[in-house]
Amino acid sequence: MHHLWLIPAFPLAGFLINGIAGRRMPKTAVNIAAVGSVLLSFLWVLKVLAGLGSLEDAYIERYFTWIQSGFVNVSFDFAVDRLTAVMLMIVTGIGLIIHIYATGYMSHEGGYYRFFSFMNLFMFFMLTLVLGANYLVLFVGWEGVGLCSYLLIGFYFLKKSAGDAGKKAFIVNRIGDFGFSLAMFLIMVTFGSLDFGQVFAKAQPMAVEHQAGTVTLICILLMVGAAGKSAQLPLYVWLPDAMEGPTPVSALIHAATMVTAGVYMVARSAPLFNHAPIALDVVAVAGLLTAVMSATIGLTQYDIKKVFAYSTVSQLGYMFLGLGVGAYSAGIFHVMTHAFFKALLFLGAGSVIHALSGEQDLRMMGGLRKKIPVTFITLVCAAVAIAGVPPFSGFMSKDAILLSAHHHHPWMYWVGVITAGMTAFYVFRAIFMCFFGAYRGSAHPHESPVSMTGPLAILALLSLGGGYFNVPQYLEPMFGGQHAPHETTLVLISVMAGAAGILLAFLFYVIKPGLADGLSRAFGPVYRLVYDKYRVDELYDATVVHPIRDGSRLLLWRGFDVGVIDGVVNGAGSVARLIGGGLRHMQSGYIRRYAAWVVVGAIVLLAAAAGMGGQR
Amino acid sequence: MPAELTRILPQSVPLSWYLILSAILFSLGVAGFLFRRNIITVFMSIELMLNAVNLTFVAFSYHLKQVDGHIFSFFVMVVAAAEAAVGLAIILTVFKNRSTLEIDEVNSMKL
Repeated sequence: MHHLWLIPAFPLAGFLINGIAGRRMPKTAVNIAAVGSVLLSFLWVLKVLAGLGSLEDAYIERYFTWIQSGFVNVSFDFAVDRLTAVMLMIVTGIGLIIHIYATGYMSHEGGYYRFFSFMNLFMFFMLTLVLGANYLVLFVGWEGVGLCSYLLIGFYFLKKSAGDAGKKAFIVNRIGDFGFSLAMFLIMVTFGSLDFGQVFAKAQPMAVEHQAGTVTLICILLMVGAAGKSAQLPLYVWLPDAMEGPTPVSALIHAATMVTAGVYMVARSAPLFNHAPIALDVVAVAGLLTAVMSATIGLTQYDIKKVFAYSTVSQLGYMFLGLGVGAYSAGIFHVMTHAFFKALLFLGAGSVIHALSGEQDLRMMGGLRKKIPVTFITLVCAAVAIAGVPPFSGFMSKDAILLSAHHHHPWMYWVGVITAGMTAFYVFRAIFMCFFGAYRGSAHPHESPVSMTGPLAILALLSLGGGYFNVPQYLEPMFGGQHAPHETTLVLISVMAGAAGILLAFLFYVIKPGLADGLSRAFGPVYRLVYDKYRVDELYDATVVHPIRDGSRLLLWRGFDVGVIDGVVNGAGSVARLIGGGLRHMQSGYIRRYAAWVVVGAIVLLAAAAGMGGQR
Repeated sequence: MPAELTRILPQSVPLSWYLILSAILFSLGVAGFLFRRNIITVFMSIELMLNAVNLTFVAFSYHLKQVDGHIFSFFVMVVAAAEAAVGLAIILTVFKNRSTLEIDEVNSMKL
């Protein structure tokens, strides 16, 4: 036994300590409980992985039978294989770094203990999610991280927009989770089990479904779930709003870990998806469209966190593109490198916001590179990584995906390359607007404390060098070899696209700062459409939210609830009153009157009996 | 019963006579209950009805040569005795409180 359960148990303990007693504990004690529990979890992961060695096969720990009913038999098991190992390292490693950072970032905030207890609860559910050995345990973690996401987006609950954003995230995720639930029911019915090992073993001998069939349906429903959690078209709308939460939350939950749960789940279900090429195409196209669309939105935003949020949506699209073209290991590789550089981008943005006492608008920044040099240098490291500059981490993973995409369908590669160019542009646009030119704001920038710059430095190193963790090779035995031929020309083209994006951003925002405004004015209507995020929120409001709300109000509330339900209840009452009103005249209170009724009743009964007897 | 006597009174009294008597007694009881206004009289009317029923039971018991009817009538007597005790107690209390035995004056069960 390697006691896998201890990995999520440590953060759970941290949650309980801070959640129950945190209010009365000094800040240092809250820090020790919160960061210490994640540190213990991280160390335990290292110990377990060291003890398990090369993990040729999945290592499974069975704890207890959870549900036993008819043919439904679900047990509570944890398992570790190479995919889980990678995810465990990402979640606990990045989680630890962000927890340390948060002790600095949140130090002036109220509800300090509440923040850390939610963060620890999130760690608990996220680790349950990646450790679960069947779909239902995974689903427990899946719902749990959704809950924590809701709680932490709405952390500043006095702000209405934060509460609304939390609700939006929760409700949009319900749509995805509905798909996931249906997929689980179908898996249960089709394979008679939810256990990963058993399901995949039964799926193995099945024929590949070139026509749509049950497995295709299961996979598409799983993808609906993944699209909700991982913010893909058409359910991505909650993620940009989720930036209402504190920045460490954006970094941990809405960039590095939770939003990659969908990617993890699809990769985990790879044996099913391999039998459903149609579903794989759905995954790839959804990912690609999301990547392009959100990248274009990212080009126009002025809120630094919004830029990075759309960037996250776009990069998640990349991951799904990788999964959809069958390059699962490349997709997971991008999960890891993205966790490094996107966590860094968010934490760096948080450091900027912290330095400017809460300012998030890029137009109110500028010239900060001298004032907050550590933040500047680390953010540049993240930017070169995400822009795909060789040989840094983003280049490695993005290239692996793009090459596989080209191998699958060349047009996917070209769309991906254009997106890569846009990615480089918007990230460096943010960097240049923030750190170059003249300072346009009014706050007094100051560099962040070591508890924040330290994590930034570690993540900067990981962003630069993280590409040398050879995740694709490590995962290859799990997913089989999907060797895309290494074509130098294609690599060069994608690098050129990234470089072009950086140069354009340099031209627009450093050399000729007026150029961008002129261009946006020239393309007025198009620019405004993109700036308004394609008005997708308005579209959803008009097509989904308003009809549901009005339908609920008019049909369900005024019509059904008031009319039918209340009508039935009130009707029953008034009918009873009517009958009672008639019958009360019988109750005169005179005993002899009652006796007379008895006699009348007896006579009626006798007459009836006589009538019946007559018939007989 | 000596055989001679059986010959003289071969049928003794026919069953229907008992039943008619019982019906008359019962009807008298009902009428008394409905039309008399003194509670004591009403009470005695109830006893009259009970005894009419007892008579039916005993008559059938004799006619069918089964003891069930006797047993029923004993039960009725027990209930009647209990009822007499409780009923008289109630009547006493009513009289103490209302100073009347007029049954229509006792109508506070009305809403």
